[in-house]
Amino acid sequence: MSVLVYTESYNGKFKKNAFEVASYAHAVAQKMGSSATAICFNAEDPASLGNNGVTKVLNVENDNLKTFNAKAYANSIAQAAKAEGAKVIIISSSADSKYLGGVLAAKLNAGYVPNVVAAPENTAPIVVKRTAFSNKGFAHTEITAETAIIGVSNNAFGIIEIKASASVESFAPTLGDADFSVKSIEVDKVVGKVTIADADIVVSGGRGLKGPENWGMIEELAEVLGAATACSKPVSDMGWRPHSEHVGQTGKPVASNLYIAIGISGAIQHLAGVNASKTKVVINNDPEAPFFKAADYGIVGDAFEVVPKLIEKLKEFKAQNA
Amino acid sequence: MKILVCISNVPDTTSKINFTDDDTKFDTTGVQFVINPNDEFGLTRAMWFKEKQGATVHVATVGGPSVEPTIRKALAIGADEAIRINAEPTDGYFVARQLAEVVKNSGYDLIIAGRESIDYNGGMVPGIMASLLDMNFVNTCIGLEIVGNQATAIREIDGGKETLQASLPLVIGGQKGLVEESDLRIPNMRGIMMARQKKLNVVEPVDAPSLTIDKKFEKPAPKGPVKLVDPDNVGELVTLLHNEAKVI
Ligand SMILES: Cc1cc2nc3c(=O)[nH]c(=O)nc-3n(C[C@H](O)[C@H](O)[C@H](O)COP(=O)(O)OP(=O)(O)OC[C@H]3O[C@@H](n4cnc5c(N)ncnc54)[C@H](O)[C@@H]3O)c2cc1C
Repeated sequence: MSVLVYTESYNGKFKKNAFEVASYAHAVAQKMGSSATAICFNAEDPASLGNNGVTKVLNVENDNLKTFNAKAYANSIAQAAKAEGAKVIIISSSADSKYLGGVLAAKLNAGYVPNVVAAPENTAPIVVKRTAFSNKGFAHTEITAETAIIGVSNNAFGIIEIKASASVESFAPTLGDADFSVKSIEVDKVVGKVTIADADIVVSGGRGLKGPENWGMIEELAEVLGAATACSKPVSDMGWRPHSEHVGQTGKPVASNLYIAIGISGAIQHLAGVNASKTKVVINNDPEAPFFKAADYGIVGDAFEVVPKLIEKLKEFKAQNA
Repeated sequence: MKILVCISNVPDTTSKINFTDDDTKFDTTGVQFVINPNDEFGLTRAMWFKEKQGATVHVATVGGPSVEPTIRKALAIGADEAIRINAEPTDGYFVARQLAEVVKNSGYDLIIAGRESIDYNGGMVPGIMASLLDMNFVNTCIGLEIVGNQATAIREIDGGKETLQASLPLVIGGQKGLVEESDLRIPNMRGIMMARQKKLNVVEPVDAPSLTIDKKFEKPAPKGPVKLVDPDNVGELVTLLHNEAKVI
């Protein structure tokens, strides 16, 4: 009875969260005295998951599954779970994994818990810690169904390196027209830029930046740090930045290692979505801004003076540490 | 077109979160409950279909009598009828099963739920429901047009968006973007008066299990005070992020 993990890839390359969920599956398998098997779709280097403790990889090689399709992917994972006799399935908490999570849970009659932040506290029955109330609390949730699906939060568990190679088998799920009844007709994705979901570092700007013309320094700071850019809700509502950058309770969740908030007040709905980030830095000219209560490091100052200096210092730091 | 909007009754977004009964229950003392923000975007989009395409809009919620003000608000905003499934929601699977039961044999063409409710953040209700009903499903939906039997939906993906096509009946998990924030509606006096005349059907739940149980809750550990860096010494921040926080 193995633990099955779905490892996401894009254009054949594993996403960063794939290594994290593989590491998580390995830890769960060890706890349960079994092994971890991964399922992936058209991955270029499936054996590499051995480095994260997976012993066997089922690679689905199917041109119809080159791009993500929730129903077809969920159906394939369900078939793999049955073939492997897996009663524990690990997925990430990315937008795609959350899209297929519910569908998969219904197919397998499984108890599904997303946003999990640590290895299970108990494995018989499974009990996991997850975020709730938009990061204002945690729940310890028991899965009472026979089959469990655990959705691991980004950056919560980390990546474990074990130098090993996994055996690879190709896996051919039985799929029909019904699995492709929702058709993707266009993907509009910014290429070559770090996305909020994958980013270790997120640089975010708020209304304090006064207007879209001032985002140059936010982008420059992000570039120096290899970070993704984000914004508060009013900024995207006013059309200064695209909706996809809006983070918070009603926007995208951020669980990065470093979150830098510039000219953002730190309203409760904003914090709810970014509190899962490990280190938070705030730059705000108002010492009373609520964000200072939630942040680890802060600078009380004018963003238009502080940010260019910060960029300069980071460039020096990078030159020295290159 | 017949639309069902699934409404979750959640603590207002500014609520402070506390737990009672030895941290096993959410403390509702002093908490104001509202329509889940993701559902509010969906409800407003449904109103658009009602006004522009003559759709009929029903709303449904799983909850005890205490959730009625929230569904009355949905009626005041313009929904035609409401259904309350008389049960305390226990987990996402249970809620999805109850809603699926309402949908079964009712001839809905479109079912709009929120991508997640902002209290328990399960995000599984629309997907489980779609799968139980064997209907097409689009999650994190930020745009929706319907012509005849065909829906064109836009969903948010990491770093962009994807346009999808599917035939009805369709389930969507909606969110901000489905309509502009400025188009969200506040019930007016006339709407509130009219809502009193509208049907609020109470139906009993079907027998369905919960597949997960929240055993205990906890609040995040209190955070130490912020470390302030002098704006004239920004280099200090770089040093702290490198040596102390170890994030760069
Ligand atoms: C139902 C609901 C859901 C919501 N969901 C979200 C959400 O998901 N995400 C979200 O972000 N918000 C959300 N909000 C909105 C939230 O309440 C706040 O309105 C919003 O976060 C404020 O954005 P801001 O901090 O950028 O702007 P402001 O509140 O205007 O704050 C701007 C800050 O910039 C500072 N500033 C000004 N000039 C400078 C300068 N030159 N240098 C440095 N600092 C400067 C100011 O001191 C101030 O603190 C939600 C609200 C509701 C009602």
